[in-house]
Amino acid sequence: MELANIEKLLEKYFEATTTVQEEQELQLYFSQDNVAPHLQEYQPMFQHFANLLEEQYTRNVPLQPRKNYLKWISVAAVFIFMSTIGITYYVDAQERAKAEIAYAQFKESMTLVSESFNTGASHINHLNQFTETTNKFIITENN
Amino acid sequence: MKQADFLHMILPFKDKLYRLAKRLLVSNEEAEDATQEVLLKLWSKKTKIAEFNNVEAFAMTMTKNYCLDKLKSKQASNLKLVHSNYKDEHTSLQKQVEVRDSVNFVHQILEELPPQQKIIIQLRDVEQYDFEEIAKVVNMNPTAIRVALSRARKYVRQELIKKHNYGVS
Repeated sequence: MELANIEKLLEKYFEATTTVQEEQELQLYFSQDNVAPHLQEYQPMFQHFANLLEEQYTRNVPLQPRKNYLKWISVAAVFIFMSTIGITYYVDAQERAKAEIAYAQFKESMTLVSESFNTGASHINHLNQFTETTNKFIITENN
Repeated sequence: MKQADFLHMILPFKDKLYRLAKRLLVSNEEAEDATQEVLLKLWSKKTKIAEFNNVEAFAMTMTKNYCLDKLKSKQASNLKLVHSNYKDEHTSLQKQVEVRDSVNFVHQILEELPPQQKIIIQLRDVEQYDFEEIAKVVNMNPTAIRVALSRARKYVRQELIKKHNYGVS
């Protein structure tokens, strides 16, 4: 490509009126070794743009988004905490119920014992009368 | 959409996202983080992706917004990362040193541009987008883009000439 054309393109380039194709021509011209001396000061600019295009994204694309583990851990912690409290409370209540049943049974049997004891005791009661009278009798004899 | 389809779809432009992020954020690592973030967001929107008529422009816009946000927060915390990692190739040693020096200098000039102009320069001069495509990404009308682009290019030229004539005039 002739020099005059390049100069014209360069002029247009700085006014930003060049098309993408024309800019590619400029890029091509400045990427070769024999650049006209008075244009050499622009060479690093185009070279730099060319260099920049070679940079690449090297990292792997992480498609599994990082999960917010903390959130789920806290949910799990709350769940475990609540269920521990629930279970202890439930076990406690069951033990209490068992104990109450046992208490009621014990109380019932004890009432039974005391009732039969009382009936037994009521039969013995009139013997007291007997001792009383003998006592009186003995006392009077002594006197 | 399957993973394979998604990977196939982003393959042509994931490097572009990365380069745009790198232009704005400067550091390699930050640019990779930004790209990853954008790709993940895109993947999470995979059910709606069919509705977008231009996924590439959409992804570029996402990257741009993400990086500008990042820059804003970085400026607030007053943290500045400076990296200068790039490479060049061929030509004789003397010239190679000279060119690398100048290329290095162009890089510095580009760093000085305001973010909007950086984006436009990146999209036009590196990725070779046409004005309509740029307009979709930066949400400006083509005339404004042309003005900004011309201004950015002239700024680079002016700084280059200043350097070229350093000590002479």
